[in-house]
Amino acid sequence: MIAFAIKRLGLAVLVAITVSALAFLLLRASGDIAIALAGEGARSEDIENIRRLYGLDRPLLVQYLDWLWKMLQGDFGQSLFFKTDVGPLVLAKLPTTALLALFSLLFALAISLPLGILAAVYPNSWVDRLCLSLAVAGQAMPNFFFALILIIVLAVWFRVLPVSGSESWSHFVMPTIALGYYIAPAFMRLVRAGMIEVLASDYIRTARAKGLSGPTVILKHALRNALVPVVALAAVQLGFLLGGSVVIETIFALDGLGFLAYQSITHKDLPVTQAIVAILSFVYIGLTLAADLANAWLDPRIRVG
Amino acid sequence: MSEAYAPQLVEVAGPTSGALMRRRIFGHKGLMFGATLLLIIILMALLAPLLAPYDPYAQDLSRRLIPPIWHEKGTWEHILGTDNLGRDYLSRVIYGARISLLIGLSVMVISGLIGSALGLAAGYFGGRVDMIVTFIVTVRLAMPLILVALAVVAMIGGSLWVVVLVLGLLKWDRFAVVMRAATQQVRSLDYVIAAEATGASTPRIIIGEVLPNVLPHLVVVASVEAASAILLEAALSFLGLGVQPPLPSWGLMIAEAKTYMFFSFWLIAIPGTALALLVLAINMVGDGIRDVTAPGGRN
Repeated sequence: MIAFAIKRLGLAVLVAITVSALAFLLLRASGDIAIALAGEGARSEDIENIRRLYGLDRPLLVQYLDWLWKMLQGDFGQSLFFKTDVGPLVLAKLPTTALLALFSLLFALAISLPLGILAAVYPNSWVDRLCLSLAVAGQAMPNFFFALILIIVLAVWFRVLPVSGSESWSHFVMPTIALGYYIAPAFMRLVRAGMIEVLASDYIRTARAKGLSGPTVILKHALRNALVPVVALAAVQLGFLLGGSVVIETIFALDGLGFLAYQSITHKDLPVTQAIVAILSFVYIGLTLAADLANAWLDPRIRVG
Repeated sequence: MSEAYAPQLVEVAGPTSGALMRRRIFGHKGLMFGATLLLIIILMALLAPLLAPYDPYAQDLSRRLIPPIWHEKGTWEHILGTDNLGRDYLSRVIYGARISLLIGLSVMVISGLIGSALGLAAGYFGGRVDMIVTFIVTVRLAMPLILVALAVVAMIGGSLWVVVLVLGLLKWDRFAVVMRAATQQVRSLDYVIAAEATGASTPRIIIGEVLPNVLPHLVVVASVEAASAILLEAALSFLGLGVQPPLPSWGLMIAEAKTYMFFSFWLIAIPGTALALLVLAINMVGDGIRDVTAPGGRN
């Protein structure tokens, strides 16, 4: 187990370094921030001065290593638009987005677990078909469009929820639904497939033969085993939720990392954008690492093979 | 788009005869519904100049925000009404199909080529090649897709082809993952080993033996990716960082209508529904193809 953990951790560090380098180069290659900084109609001397001032005249590799080194010490540089340190700015917004992602995941699980189990217990019945149709429809609905519909229905017609902002818990309800419903179908299909497989296995037949009641067999014996792949998917989807928060937080003006990312991108505030991309990547790498270790611990075949 | 592959699948499905396959395809309600819907949208896009009653870019400020025909103030002159600049909404929705389909198809081709090449190589050669490809895929998956796409498109400057290129170069991960797994499966089958034994060259084995047999998987992933590229373009354009005005991208139309949505709900409902229907059609075709090509066949 320890050998497996060390190997997996080494891979995670290697991935993190590669991702950060790639994200850095990709954003640098896409446009010249010195020109963006100088603003329109700036003289070429000004642009040159800015380039020297921000160290943009150095080779890219040196700039990257400098950025990485400072970041590891907690220095994310200066925001060009907000005129403050990037580190505290980003960290202040992280809890909002983490909460939103967590709520969305829980919301998605709350829908997909019961529906997935129902669909598996009665395969090819009308319940199964209904769940499948819901999944297909949900996957086709653009989440920003769904978010706007939620605003119109819940905030304008029924006036039960605030349109935008992030002052109270009620501000999280619509963003949670708008972000969470989209990943529910994937969970539902996985739970359904896992449950159907498990329900056909010998030990479930044994449990039934012992005379255990239907719900006990399903919830106590089958679900636990059907959930193993769900853990891995949850880690991957949490990463998607963190990234997808850009669209949803912007629509609801929820003051998190996603909204900050949108603002930094529209203002070409590269240090902030880079920091957010790096942090979200690291969070994703950490989550998948945790999920892999959890699965290896649950299932010895993974860590040996 | 996706159903163009269907006739070839008749041959690759193995033991099932052509007639049985046809019965499966035509007996699959979801596939038939999705394919019909998709065909209608494709025809709409191809025949846009013939179908659209007006020029989608022609503004008429004296005829702004006319509601659609089912509304009491609607008029037959503008069946789906007009937008805030007095442009005919029906014409814009019809031309919008071109943008979504173009994005879906181009991103699918670019990412499909990259991902399939990586996946085939990893699955076929295994060993070190597999290790490197797996690492590349892991790195790609760790990058927050929407965020990176948004940032890069915004830095370069949004346009249709920038969006296509950025999404195409970023979205190949699923192709690689699925093709790798499918190739690994086919790799150890008798006919591949037989082809190797007869001394066939590696490219010939990959193109002639492996590729046709992983094609059903490829088609399914392609449909999923096309749908997701269409949704991503719409999201980028909705945020104002994708396709730029005055192009009638459905995502952009929703963004432009956002200010008016409380009074003129149809302005976001119409392009939103169009987008959802297109994605629904593509997904149903993909799901249907997976069902009818699965061994044993569902339904």
